[in-house]
Amino acid sequence: MEEPVLDVRDLRTHFFTQDGVTRAVDGLSFTIAPGETLGIVGESGCGKSVTALSILRLLPAGLGRTVGGSITFGGRDLLTLDEAEMRRIRGDRIAMVFQEPMTSLNPVLTVGEQIAEAVMIHQSKSKSEAWARAAEMLTLVRIPDAARRVHDYPHQFSGGMRQRVMIAIALSCHPQLLIADEPTTALDVTIQAQILKLMLELKGRIGAAILLITHDLGVVAETCQRVIVMYAGRKVEEAPVEELFDRPLHPYTRGLMGSIPRHRPGIAPSRRLQEIPGIVPNLRAPVAGCAFAPRCPQATPRCAAEAPPLRRDATGHEVSCWEASP
Amino acid sequence: MSEPVVAVSGLTKHFPVRRGFLQRQVATVRAVDGVTLSIAPGETLCLVGESGCGKSTVGRLILRLMQSTAGTIHLRGTDVTHLGDAAMRPHRRHAQMVFQDPYSSLNPRLTVGTIVAEPLENYGDLNAAGRTEKVAALLDRVGLRADAMRRYAFEFSGGQRQRLGIARALALDPGLIVADEAVSALDVSVQAQVLNLLMDLQEERNIAYLFISHDLGVVEHIGHRIAVMYLGEIVEIAPKSALFATPLHPYTQALIAAAPIADPRARSERIVLEGDLPSPMNPPAGCRFHTRCPVAIARCRSEAPVLRVRHEGHAVACHLIG
Repeated sequence: MEEPVLDVRDLRTHFFTQDGVTRAVDGLSFTIAPGETLGIVGESGCGKSVTALSILRLLPAGLGRTVGGSITFGGRDLLTLDEAEMRRIRGDRIAMVFQEPMTSLNPVLTVGEQIAEAVMIHQSKSKSEAWARAAEMLTLVRIPDAARRVHDYPHQFSGGMRQRVMIAIALSCHPQLLIADEPTTALDVTIQAQILKLMLELKGRIGAAILLITHDLGVVAETCQRVIVMYAGRKVEEAPVEELFDRPLHPYTRGLMGSIPRHRPGIAPSRRLQEIPGIVPNLRAPVAGCAFAPRCPQATPRCAAEAPPLRRDATGHEVSCWEASP
Repeated sequence: MSEPVVAVSGLTKHFPVRRGFLQRQVATVRAVDGVTLSIAPGETLCLVGESGCGKSTVGRLILRLMQSTAGTIHLRGTDVTHLGDAAMRPHRRHAQMVFQDPYSSLNPRLTVGTIVAEPLENYGDLNAAGRTEKVAALLDRVGLRADAMRRYAFEFSGGQRQRLGIARALALDPGLIVADEAVSALDVSVQAQVLNLLMDLQEERNIAYLFISHDLGVVEHIGHRIAVMYLGEIVEIAPKSALFATPLHPYTQALIAAAPIADPRARSERIVLEGDLPSPMNPPAGCRFHTRCPVAIARCRSEAPVLRVRHEGHAVACHLIG
């Protein structure tokens, strides 16, 4: 098998607050192959964004800390690098796109300066070469009249156009891995369709792998090759995308799919949506068994007492549940 | 047919844009431009559209939280368009609202019991003991435990807070609830809980909903009829089944095609609309959608199409639909 671009093993990231320790990510392992699109899906607080921040080492200082595991990228464990080495990788070999393009762009620099900055720092290009790249990247993300618009400031762009600028910055150094955290969540649905289409097209051209973090199973179904479902800081299921939607095994994954109002077009939705009773657990309290057990319709006494291991079948379908087998 | 709970005609809201020292009006945002609709008792009408299409403004105008620029608003047969605060008061109890953000719409310094009892107190309904009893019944109905009464809003999760907002809206037994993106901030599993609750309540109490949402999936689930808005105007309105089975307006078609489907085998060559939403400050002449419309003809650029009924209850504003 091809060497993965990214190999995350037993990642543990905790947040240290006055109220105690929150186990935001609690023993997560996965890999991404070159050129692959891997989705991480889950609801608020499941640890999907913290996973992204842990890989990029951008956790809020003094609050969150990766306390265990390894993140292997390009043959090195990112957790052992010093800050200067990490800065050389971030924005160059690993790029990122976040949910809110307005807060991730610098409002007092033109978008051209922001793209050129990344190119000059990481690729030691001259200023004129970097500006040429900036205009080229804006054309690539289909911003009309790119040669003129490199001189515009972020506030002169619409939300969808800003997200295109973010993608232009992210791809300007031809990264091997693009981490996209809810890249289309703040956008209207017709604009979301444009951005997703653009990301997939450019991925093919640049050959980057994508780690796509989202709460939206629809976005996952349309874009990813493989999917991880997270719950309470842990991976509960992982499978190739068609396999996951055909044969969801974990009761949480099934619950998520049942609670989507519009599952398939042309099939009249049932009158009542399937609910997952209760709410996500408090991650400050250590969980002895399966974290989903209190909300699970199939839970047995064993589920509350003993954490189920991840089991894997030949197709690569993994599930962590005592009551389901891959 | 019974009298509609709400009927609006030609509803319009223009916001002046003022600039400079003299605050001269330099432009007009045409947030809502000639919207006509009505909702029957026990019916859910969904308003769907993208940001800035004016769907929330319609909700606020109907509840008179904002004064309309033109048009009329009838609540249960009474013209309330120009009523003053005192005259409006008896009508308000029949039309309540549930907001998107359940946190900023609940007073953090009041206990839940006080928040839910406040509408009853305002209208002098029941004595103190009666109110407490009613609040307990309401909290129970929306699925919260009775001890919630003594707690504060911040002690609840997002979904539970939305249940509180619903309990408060129900307190005066309204005939109409305007729900503005009421489930948009919730995780999908919790969203399902709240949608089921809203539908059960409608069945029990014959409440009409004006359900404002950007999410077609949610709209398809909860709506009886759907109105699609684009830049301040309704471009298509139809019973749910007709709208999803045979969407007529090119914008409706694009909107339905753009919504991601949770089925990897359904990945398709979809219509992806080019371009951005134009600003409602200078809406395009003619049909407002013509700048993004894949099938626009010359006539669309000069002449605004009117909303005309094509089949039973299915109206569309498009020159290309004969």
